[in-house]
Amino acid sequence: MKRKSNPAAAQIERRARYELGLRGLKKALGALLLAALIGLLVWAARIQGTSAELLLSLSVWGVMLGSIIALGAIGLSLVYGVLRFANFAHGDLMTVGAYAAFAIMPLLPQGAPLAPFSFGWEFLVALLLAMPIAGLVAFGADRVLYKPLRRRRSSSVILAMASLGAAFFVRSIIYLAWGADFEFYYQRPRPALELPLGVRVRPDQFFILGLALLLIFLIYLLLERTKMGKAMRATADNPELARVTGINTERVILWTWVIGGALAGAGGVMLALDSSLRPEMGWSFLLPMFAAVILGSIGNPYGALVGGLIIGVVIQVSAAFLNPAYGPGVAFLIMIIILLVRPQGIFGKPGG
Amino acid sequence: MSPNNTVSKLASWQVGKNLLKVEKVTGGYGDMEVLHEVSIEVKEGEIVSIIGPNGAGKSTLMKMIFGLLRPWQGHISFNGREITGLEPDRIVRLGLCYVPQIENVFPSLTVQENLEMGAFILDGDITDRLERVFALFPLLKERRKQRVGKMSGGERQMVAMGRALMLDPKLLLLDEPSAGLAPKLVEMIFEKILEINKSGVALLIVEQNAKKSLELAHRGYVLANGQNRFEGTGKELLNNPDVGRLYLGG
Repeated sequence: MKRKSNPAAAQIERRARYELGLRGLKKALGALLLAALIGLLVWAARIQGTSAELLLSLSVWGVMLGSIIALGAIGLSLVYGVLRFANFAHGDLMTVGAYAAFAIMPLLPQGAPLAPFSFGWEFLVALLLAMPIAGLVAFGADRVLYKPLRRRRSSSVILAMASLGAAFFVRSIIYLAWGADFEFYYQRPRPALELPLGVRVRPDQFFILGLALLLIFLIYLLLERTKMGKAMRATADNPELARVTGINTERVILWTWVIGGALAGAGGVMLALDSSLRPEMGWSFLLPMFAAVILGSIGNPYGALVGGLIIGVVIQVSAAFLNPAYGPGVAFLIMIIILLVRPQGIFGKPGG
Repeated sequence: MSPNNTVSKLASWQVGKNLLKVEKVTGGYGDMEVLHEVSIEVKEGEIVSIIGPNGAGKSTLMKMIFGLLRPWQGHISFNGREITGLEPDRIVRLGLCYVPQIENVFPSLTVQENLEMGAFILDGDITDRLERVFALFPLLKERRKQRVGKMSGGERQMVAMGRALMLDPKLLLLDEPSAGLAPKLVEMIFEKILEINKSGVALLIVEQNAKKSLELAHRGYVLANGQNRFEGTGKELLNNPDVGRLYLGG
């Protein structure tokens, strides 16, 4: 070799190259694992005699369910990033949104269904109002509960426990006001469309998917293009540095709650439109949401979107050979596998 | 060295007025007292360097000046205004900015977004300020769209300093700006510090690289065990045999 290289620099370079290769290998391994999991699911479904058509339908429904999970998970991830605690009341914010729309709808003039959907204008208006209501409930909880704890520099465990209490509190109020029965926005029959390849989807489900994607796109614009959105990402990166930089973190926290709550509220209304309202609906959705957040790297809203879609599809496809009641269990299983194999999630850096 | 001695020697170039004044500050974490009646001063346009062994309380002092820790006793004033216990987002408005030692960038944001966050408290156009920072660190302009998490230590340090310069501070606090950098980059960072100072910004620097930082500083303080031990011009401290033996490794 002609060039006299510094042995230390050469070693650093070798090490960097080695780490780069290792990272590539790990990425490939992760993708392989995911593919194997999906392959396993499909194989299990086929063995049970599930038709390819049904599998395809289940996947489509999975994407739709996943988009609802993603709406909740994005907010959950943002709240975790900015406030550094697991908000166990996030599922119940979905319930708040669903019941808020349910309470508003009878107050509005009832229109004819907007064909081909099963709902009329009053539903859309109620949905638009339910979102800020859920956002305000989230913000209100912060003012009476989390902010005083923050002031006292409580640990994140205390904050998480407080959110668990808030979850029970909110649910109890819903039980008191509406009872434990299932409720529906509409009692109309909802025929499914026959699509090519034997896929059966209700028009409402297309609406849900479209609206979820629209909201996710708006969140993307907010986070990437607005000053407040960038400040939210900065605070999620490093709250202490955000304060040092001069970012008004209390204002960032306010917007995080309002946006996270509104997204959860919209998700709740969509979930209720697809099936029914019940006081436990959001609570039982918490596990898939956490699984999505952990899968997509905690604190990363885009990761939460991808995680939500994956969890949604896996839950639905597993319903081909498992009792659908085990859906949350499947989400839990994925969460455990991720925590064991890649605790930083798909989009996280090791140790980060 | 008696303090009286130093004062007379300093008088010749004490032209700028007092910018930062830390008076007999005592404090620490929990029950642990880290700083005992520490006093320092920075005047307009000065580079002041704080050196001392590990655990001397240098970083703690920085945090206390910047409102991240509340002193138990003593006063801190900036530009004639008491800032003891003021929140960081109020302090930056007064023209005092801070670059922490570690985790001093937002890794998931791009270079430009990091700089924009530095000017968060400003409403309106910040293009001029961005261009000024890019003029100081041309590399950052090239990489403005890159996420900082993927950049090297030296590049991150530039982003961190650029971020803190976005508000046009009167005084910049730098905590270990050269820590963990390759020798070539250390040189570059010190050059940039001089360049920043020439544009009229006063700097208060905490450094492990004591010799180098005293060479470049107008004045310096030696902290040990949370107390003032020596103070004087950079040259005086470099030539002081006690300082040399105890803290400069020679």
